[in-house]
Amino acid sequence: MANHKKDSLQAKLEKNIFAMYLFLALAVSLAGIVQIVPLFTNPDTIREQVTLADGSTQSLLWQRGKDQSLDDWKPGDGVRPNTPLEVAGRDIYQREGCFLCHSQMIRPFRDEKERYGHFSLAVESIYDHPFQWGSKRTGPDLARLGGKYSDEWHILHLRNPQALVPESVMPKYKFLDDALVDGKQIAAHMGGLRKVGVPYTDADITTAPQVLAGKTEMDAMVAYLQTLGIMINFKDGVSYRE
Amino acid sequence: MDLVQKYDLGVVKWFTIMASVYLVVGTLLGVYIAFELAFPFLNHLGTDLPYFQFGRLRPLHTNAVIFAFGGSALMATAFYIVQRTNQVRLWSNKLAWFTFWSWNTVIVLAVITLPLGLTQSKEYAELEWPIDILITLSWASYMYNFIMTIHVRDRNKVPHVYVANWFFMGMMVMVTYLHVVNNLSIPVDWFKSYSIFSGVQDAMIQWWWGHNAVGFFLTAGFLGMMYYFVPKQAQRPIYSYRLSVIHFWALMFGYVWLGAHHLQYTALPDWAGSLGATISLAMIIPSWGGALNGILTLSGAWDRLREDYILRFLIMSLAFYAMATFEGPVMAAKNVNALSHYTDWTVGHVHAGTLGWNIMVASGAIYHMIEKIYNIRLNQKLMAAHFWVHTIGTVTYIVAMWVSGIMQGLMWRAYDEYGTLVYTFSESVSAMHPYYVMRATGGALVLTGASIMLVNIISTIRRSNSAQTANANA
Repeated sequence: MANHKKDSLQAKLEKNIFAMYLFLALAVSLAGIVQIVPLFTNPDTIREQVTLADGSTQSLLWQRGKDQSLDDWKPGDGVRPNTPLEVAGRDIYQREGCFLCHSQMIRPFRDEKERYGHFSLAVESIYDHPFQWGSKRTGPDLARLGGKYSDEWHILHLRNPQALVPESVMPKYKFLDDALVDGKQIAAHMGGLRKVGVPYTDADITTAPQVLAGKTEMDAMVAYLQTLGIMINFKDGVSYRE
Repeated sequence: MDLVQKYDLGVVKWFTIMASVYLVVGTLLGVYIAFELAFPFLNHLGTDLPYFQFGRLRPLHTNAVIFAFGGSALMATAFYIVQRTNQVRLWSNKLAWFTFWSWNTVIVLAVITLPLGLTQSKEYAELEWPIDILITLSWASYMYNFIMTIHVRDRNKVPHVYVANWFFMGMMVMVTYLHVVNNLSIPVDWFKSYSIFSGVQDAMIQWWWGHNAVGFFLTAGFLGMMYYFVPKQAQRPIYSYRLSVIHFWALMFGYVWLGAHHLQYTALPDWAGSLGATISLAMIIPSWGGALNGILTLSGAWDRLREDYILRFLIMSLAFYAMATFEGPVMAAKNVNALSHYTDWTVGHVHAGTLGWNIMVASGAIYHMIEKIYNIRLNQKLMAAHFWVHTIGTVTYIVAMWVSGIMQGLMWRAYDEYGTLVYTFSESVSAMHPYYVMRATGGALVLTGASIMLVNIISTIRRSNSAQTANANA
């Protein structure tokens, strides 16, 4: 160039592609560092206990005793890992793409509370690998479906949704009746979940094939649906989210 | 010198043709699942089989349009533009063919695994871990070849790298981050894995990926196409270099923050959602700057729009880009999001971007490249038909989803004078029926347009080939 003006930074980057590559790599990573990293480090992201009106604390995670099995848990005891049958059901939920039409995340609005129940807490999906919050409600939210309908209703509904809800556009899942759950496979899946942080004991995993013997995919699916949203006993007058 | 002798265009040609094929396949799947929502018996076709159900085919639709069509279009244009703007052959033609075959293998594997229900159940990242590894290799080969091609240019001839290349490179860097981090998982067998993240963190990472698949794959990369093909087809330089620089850096820095606006009012901490929403609002500025930069390139040459259909595709795409990048920030605003989230409005917004912006700009690019590479003129009447059918289809689709989305949102929160909810959920479902039919019809028009493009391209190429053979024989 005729004039001896120094190149601007932009001009330098335009001439040196590797320098631009480095600048880009930096520019696009800042947001992730600021927005995502604190979610892992800030303990307020997932509140595991709340203070009740009388000053005592309620643990939102199930405090499992040393020799307790998953069967010792009772509704309201706090969030626990899924049982083998529920794991099998959740696998099917993922496989069939249920999350594409059903959310599992109730927002803190009056209409959602009346329609679906108490708003969802972060701790409720702490064992959900991956999360199943969904992004679309072609069908209703399922975050607190557990206990709302009987097992029989769910079976009839999954086989033929239009028989119970004529307006429904949901596909039929009759084929779940015909397939058996593979206990060994689910035990392996629980082993995988343990590796990513779900606190299963050896006993939980080794007894899984026995628990699952003879269970159909329909049984598993219904068990999973019936466990949604029933783990925490929500008490009146308590603030579960700051 | 002849283009074909001067550059490596074989791989460009095949990526271009495959993009037009995948567009037909992807929109066909879209139309089918749209009709399933209107007429649920289509999920079964009289059988008990799960393979055609909405939940299995919807990921196949999104993967086909985003990665098969969008990916092929991005690879075709990047390999074309990097050679033309740097006046150099590809660093490695062989590696480019590896990218071609590996990318197409990924697509074939998607077609097999997704209907079988093998999925990670993360939106737009459904493919299981072995396929994810193949994607990483394919993507890395694409990026490496692209950067090395720029690096080996003759710096005396081309000292500055042209803006279209920056956008492509931004996309390549960010998509690598996103793909690798979001897919981190522990395999339990060949076909099943569990994300190492759970719950709230997994949600944030998924939407960091989800929104930036849109922001980088479908925006930055396609802006790379825009910055090359608009000036080239208009035969004028880009309106403003300064605006390009601002557009580029603002987009690169800003877009990555937006994912959190998908999670407002959820169990994600409020600060994260609000941060995402705030920066979403600010993104109007660079987005509109970029759209204007493209549109104003036509200053003084507006009359060319009258007869040049390729230019029409390109300019119309920018109009939709401007529309969608206005709508996006509006929907990210908290009180609008409270209504629009979980509704069809979101689906409509995505399609305003994909049908209006992505397919249109890519169609312009595909037509342009085919004419240049084969040195032929495509059938203008068919091109005009494609333009109009596609535009009408897109508008039909968007309008249907606006109405149904806003209606859903309002019905769900409607209270009567006694303070009770007015509608059951199933009443909102049946109210959607006419709009689902309308949406599917709009989609069918888009599919028709895509088929017209494929027929136009294939028949013109065949005519050109047979003419060449005749010449050679004479």
